[in-house]
Order: sequence, then structure tokens, then C-alpha cells
Amino acid sequence: MASAKEVKEVLFGPIFANNPIALQILGICSALAVTSKMENTLVMCIALTFVTAFSNLFISIIRNHIPSSVRIIVQMTIIASLVIVVDQILRAYAYGIAKELSVFVGLIITNCIVMGRAEAYAMKSTPGLSFLDGIGNGLGYSVVLLTVGFIRELFGSGSLFGYQIMQLASEGGWYQPIGLLVLPPSAFFIIGGFIWVLRTFRTEQVEPKD
Amino acid sequence: MANKNESLGKTLFVVVALCLVCAIIVAGSAVGLKPLQQKNAALDMQRNVLDAAGLLTPETDVIGLFEERVETRLFNLNTLEEVESVDGKNPTEYDPIASAKKAGLGTKLDKKVDVAGIGSREDVAKVYFINDAQGELETVVVYIRGYGLWGTMYGFMAVAPDMNTVKGINYYEHTETPGLGGEIQNPNWAASWEGKEIYESDSVALEVTKNVTDKDHQVDALSGATLTSNGVENTMQFWFSDNAYGPLFDKIRKGELN
Repeated sequence: MASAKEVKEVLFGPIFANNPIALQILGICSALAVTSKMENTLVMCIALTFVTAFSNLFISIIRNHIPSSVRIIVQMTIIASLVIVVDQILRAYAYGIAKELSVFVGLIITNCIVMGRAEAYAMKSTPGLSFLDGIGNGLGYSVVLLTVGFIRELFGSGSLFGYQIMQLASEGGWYQPIGLLVLPPSAFFIIGGFIWVLRTFRTEQVEPKD
Repeated sequence: MANKNESLGKTLFVVVALCLVCAIIVAGSAVGLKPLQQKNAALDMQRNVLDAAGLLTPETDVIGLFEERVETRLFNLNTLEEVESVDGKNPTEYDPIASAKKAGLGTKLDKKVDVAGIGSREDVAKVYFINDAQGELETVVVYIRGYGLWGTMYGFMAVAPDMNTVKGINYYEHTETPGLGGEIQNPNWAASWEGKEIYESDSVALEVTKNVTDKDHQVDALSGATLTSNGVENTMQFWFSDNAYGPLFDKIRKGELN
């Protein structure tokens, strides 16, 4: 079994030191689409973390038996099956949210983070560590998405998890919402800001000038 | 070991075994969760009905309200007789949209009649009668659908007991362009339907136009979505005509039901 230090690195490394969105710029598409409300964002984060963790686990278990000629197809099959299971569960237990997330749950299949971790990590590592790596990367994704979702919902609609925090001017309150934040492109600015702040503190992440 | 993995036999074995395992997992979850999903879908439908009738707020207890005040009834649109069940399904279970395409349960529409572009119409309509708190009939909700720009738009229309005044409209499923035709789901636009009258001297007068001249019968069209607006108008022209709900509405208006 791996040492405690290694476990810690695998699990918490992807949150700030090696964040899949902020450093590797993967999985941006869903970060734009599902972050207008905290509730949807949270469900999406849980779904992605679940898929990444278990796809890593299963791929790692059979990694020594996967013929390299069909390895991408094998990975995709496992990932796609897991995503379908997640989609079915959401439709059964969280119908309203599943309807709003609609196609984006299915698109987890093509999320670069899941594929990237399967190919780059799970194919070479033990099942236990691969599972933790999946959770770690899911958490890294979640940190960025929840930050974006928090800013977008609070300043775009004046609420958090659907509870009104700031009374909107249109409903007799004082807060004039920022319309741009409700629209997907605003996530670009927030993710950009997130990366900026992160790299100010962790200068080793700054890329060398060409 | 790596070489053994690359052999044709091993590759085929891994792929087939993996497919089998994944297929069982996927099929198992789909079948196992189906009852719950259907329950959710049914609940969602009830919510859409109440939304069309203007009774839906975030606090609404949908199931309770439905049980207490909504009566779901089936009517044969050709004979205008009420029926207890269709194809072994009771009013709650019956799905008019799926039935329209089945032989014996739906009728293929003639091109001239089919202005809404729906292909075939169900023989038995599902109608929701919503009573007010005192038990008096308050709203009648019917299914409507019609072809827009990209695909069929599905919705509910709520009508007052005079079977003429619109109380609300709710499109719950469509594939129109978001931001343009997709605005048929905009609550503000839906609210502009309230109080419009469907009929004028026995013919369908409800229209969706750019320049509203007749405030009683015309709804302002959606800007940038002419074809969607035309589709909505055609939907009204078809469903409230004599080819669909017209005769049934006549009967309800005259109080010949019950």
C-alpha cells in the first residue's frame, strides 16, 4: 500500500497544485454550461467525481488485461456505462435537476478530465490510488465549478441554492442583478480570474514566456 | 504479458467480456429505476398541467392538489362519448400523444386538415377538469401540439368553463431555437395569452400576429421567431377546430356532460 504522503498528494494535489481546470484547462465546456445555479453545479460535481473515481477504479483493476490496440475504446465503454447509470439515477431521484442538466450529464462521457485521468493515471497505477486520484480530480473540478457557480448565482440572480439572499430590484428589493452572469460566457471571465488568483499565489504554475 | 494481451483472441475476449458486463450494468440500472422515473415523469406532467392553469407556485403540493381538485377524463373525439379506459389504460395512465401514432387508437390526418403538421391525431382525448376550492368547475386543460420551426412543440392549454376564454398556456417540450422560438416558454409571453378568446362566431379566431389589431383574439408574435409563431397559430387553428376539440368544447359549454 502506498505511503500516507503519496495518498495525500494524489487526493489533494489536484485541488490547487495540479487543478484539472485551472492548470490543465480541461473540462471547460461543462464549467460554462451548468454553473448558473449552485444546485445544478453541485449535482454535476458529484456526478463527475463519481464517474471519474469509479472509471479510474475499474480501469485500474483490469489495466493489465487491456490490449493497447483497443484501450481507448475499453476506457470509453466503462466511462459511458457509468455515465448512463448516473443519468438513470438522477432521473429517478432528482428529476427536476436532471431535466435542467439534460445533455450535460451525458457529456461527462466526453469530459477530458475523465478520459485524461483514465489514460494518464489509471492505466499505470494500482486500483486504490487510482480511485483516490479520481476523487481528487473530481474535487479539483468541483472547487472551480462551485466557485464559479457561487459568484454567478449570487451576483447574477441574488440567490444561493435557490434561496434569495439579496432582494432583486425587479421584485421590490435593492439589488440590480448583473445580467451577464446568468449567461454562459461569464464563466470564462470567472475561470480566468480564478486562474489569475491561483497563479499569483503559486508562481510555479505560471508558464514561461515564449 | 504485454505480448499475450495483444493477441487477437485476448483482444476479442476482453472486448466481449467488457461489453457483456457493461450491458448488464446499464440494462439493470435502466430497468430497476424505471418505475421511479415513470413516477417522476407523471408528476412532472401534473406540474405542467397546473402550471398551464396558473395554479403552480413553488409551494404547491402537486399530488395533493391534483387529487383534491383535478378530474382526469377521457373523451372519444369522434363520437363525443366519455370512455372509462383506452386499450386497458385508465385516464391517469393513458398517454394521448403516444396513442396518436398507434393503429386503432389514432387517425392519420389528411394533408388538408393537418395544418399543425402533427401527422396523426389520437381518437381519445385526455382532458383535465380543475375545480375551484368550492368544487365548481374552474378550468379545463387540454393537450395541444404542433410543428414549429425545428420540431413538434408540446404544450397544455387552459380554458375557462365558457370554453372560449384562454386562462393560460404552457409549452413543456420543444426544440425551437433557444432565445428566439424557445421564448414560447417565457412566462411573460405565456401571460399575454390570458383572457384571449378562441372563437368568434363559431370559427377559431385565435391568432399570433405581428400587429395586434384585435385585442380579444390576437396574441403578439415572438420577435425573431416568425416560423415558431406561425406554428403556434397553426396549433391553435387545428386543435380548436371541428377536426379536434371543437365539438367536444361545444358539448362541455352546453353543459351536456356529467
